[in-house]
Amino acid sequence: MDPLTRRRLLAGSVPALGAGAVALHGLGTPAVAPAAGAGDHNGHGGTAATGAHGADGHAAFRGGTVDHRANGFDPNQILRDFDPGTTSRLPSGQVLREFKLVASDKEIEVAPGVRFAAWTYNGRIPGPTLRAREGERVRITFVNGSSHQHTIHFHGIHIAAADGVGGLGAGLIEPGGRTTYEFDAEPFGLHLYHCHVRPLAEHIAKGLYGTIVIDPKQGRDEADEMVMVMSGFDTNFDRTNELYAVNTIGFAYMEKPIVVRRGELVRIYLVNVLEYDLVNSFHLHGNFFEYFPTGTSLRSSEFTDTVMQCQGQRGILELRFPHTGRYMFHAHQSEFTELGWQGFFEVCEPGDFDRLCRLNGQGG
Amino acid sequence: MEARTATGGGELGERARTSARHPTWLLGLLPLALIAAAVGLFAALGGPGLGERTGPPAEELAVESTRLTPGVIELTVRNDGPDPVSIAQVTVNDAFVSFSGAQQPIGRLASERVRISQPWIEGEAYEVSLLTSTGATIAHAVDAAVGTPDADLGFFGLMALLGVYVGVIPIALGMLWLPWVRRIPPGAMRAVMALTLGLLGFLAIDATLEGLDIAAQGSQAFGGAALVLIGAVVAYLALSGVSAWIADRRRREREQGATGARLALLIAVGIGLHNLGEGLAIGSAYSVGALALGAFLVVGFALHNTTEGLAIVAPIAHERLSLARLVGLGLIAGAPAVLGAWIGASAFNSSVAAFLFGAGAGAIAQVIVQISPSVRDGSGRLLHPVAVAGLLAGMALMFSTGLLVSI
Repeated sequence: MDPLTRRRLLAGSVPALGAGAVALHGLGTPAVAPAAGAGDHNGHGGTAATGAHGADGHAAFRGGTVDHRANGFDPNQILRDFDPGTTSRLPSGQVLREFKLVASDKEIEVAPGVRFAAWTYNGRIPGPTLRAREGERVRITFVNGSSHQHTIHFHGIHIAAADGVGGLGAGLIEPGGRTTYEFDAEPFGLHLYHCHVRPLAEHIAKGLYGTIVIDPKQGRDEADEMVMVMSGFDTNFDRTNELYAVNTIGFAYMEKPIVVRRGELVRIYLVNVLEYDLVNSFHLHGNFFEYFPTGTSLRSSEFTDTVMQCQGQRGILELRFPHTGRYMFHAHQSEFTELGWQGFFEVCEPGDFDRLCRLNGQGG
Repeated sequence: MEARTATGGGELGERARTSARHPTWLLGLLPLALIAAAVGLFAALGGPGLGERTGPPAEELAVESTRLTPGVIELTVRNDGPDPVSIAQVTVNDAFVSFSGAQQPIGRLASERVRISQPWIEGEAYEVSLLTSTGATIAHAVDAAVGTPDADLGFFGLMALLGVYVGVIPIALGMLWLPWVRRIPPGAMRAVMALTLGLLGFLAIDATLEGLDIAAQGSQAFGGAALVLIGAVVAYLALSGVSAWIADRRRREREQGATGARLALLIAVGIGLHNLGEGLAIGSAYSVGALALGAFLVVGFALHNTTEGLAIVAPIAHERLSLARLVGLGLIAGAPAVLGAWIGASAFNSSVAAFLFGAGAGAIAQVIVQISPSVRDGSGRLLHPVAVAGLLAGMALMFSTGLLVSI
């Protein structure tokens, strides 16, 4: 029940942090290259990585990035935004953790100037990163505010009626309808949830997916935790993706690198929900990481710099950056990389962390 | 019966009086003015009763031309759909690239130049995809990247050279038949003309097919394949008009005692117009990268233009002309090919090219019609054995030279 890590503690204050970041944008804070300070150490000029044309030869969008405010979500905030829900205690003594997810139709800007009629949970893509602890009771209230039938199908161990597919339990939820899905949080690890209505690929690819993290009873070591959901958009409906990204908006972390502290344990919850392509991958430059497939074991399965995930596969990455500077990460399918799925880590000295996070609106 | 006649007469009288009151030009203009007013009102009211359009905007962009310069692929696109199109992003071979141009939505029939930064490699294939604001993609393939020649002095020099190859030299060579045509019997002359017809027939078909091909690839906004046919009809009619005008002049001149030299001049002018079209076809073939076709056309046109030289000198077979005048005639007939090549190569646009290929076909058809009487034998037959043999030989010659030059 109690926050297991510093991140868990922070998660509770996420709405406030998010609001702060939005306010910063509202004040017209210029999107300064966050590496301005660190640039001296890693050979990058301080001007690097802002704007499509100043992309140092990397593939980039014209016009930099999208209007995150208009979209209503920002990959820089989604990164460390874990939703702990609200808790109470059942008569049995078991902790009940409750969440509410609302499906809605929403046009978003998926690349600068490109509008896409998306479907969302809680107005964002990916949907909220739900977080519970092993053994808790999880109750999700689902409201379908979309004009299409939807469900939420959770990966995990649960009864058939809570599976979120047609013909079982509440079945398909009609527009305007609602239901609750209830299950015990098990097994611990990193799981996903998504809509499970025909045509399946479209219902997922349009944005109805998210992550559910179930922490082990004993918790995990304290770390700088972040979620990365790999996905794409098929904007012309030809069943191939025009855009790829981690956390929805391509090149977002090229524009604003993810600020992390040198030497600190970084834990990445990596999920692949990409449709229309069989596999996806994560590759890190200048470093290696321990990999925990599905996060269901506390023992690393591999020490590597590249992992492959098929559709629906996920795993936890743990690493420490020994050096400051910019380190790229991207799909090692080079095509995906240059169609949006690439970003940078900005490894800084611990003292610079808060300032750089503020600059990037990353709520660190 | 009589009453009816009387009534009719009355109406006629009424009409006459009305016309007298209102001038004829006003009566002619009135319906036009009413149409303009109605259209203006309809537009001002936003098409009353029609309601909103159904469905998403129909986005259509046609790539009219591709220019490759080191590190840059430049596309000229035209919106040939009903709705404005915004190009939001561009990919080349599945990678987002930086580009300039097309900052604003492209309106109906408007065109834009999109300059894409891409370190292309000669001979490799590229697929450019334009991602619009609605997420639609418009793909354009560059089958084998080759640098586009600069429209500099050297390029215009090259086009001039092509024009000289096609127009000036063959006609000059053809004119060297002057001493020969003074002596050959009419039967042999007919065989030569039939051979020329065979060559031209093959070229007319080839130019039509090429025009249709280009029309299919480019913008359909201005008619697409219809432009080829329109071009053919326009060229045919224009050359028919010119040749009728020349025929009139010729008749009048004869009455005034025209000389063979002036007839030759008129024929040279007609042939010059025809060679302008040929130059356009060659220049545009060159600028769409159909270099083999350009060489094919050069050889093909050169072969048949040699016979044009023959056509010029035929009327003056029994005249005595200075060498300077003969050179002058040759230039009038052949030099427009140079001008045509310049225009065709520098102002290329697939709609224009389709039209020009059609025009070339029409011009050839017109020359065929002009020349065919000279093939008739003594009894007036067109397809006599010698003529058929000549036609087939001409087509075979063109087919085989085509194989030689297009590989």
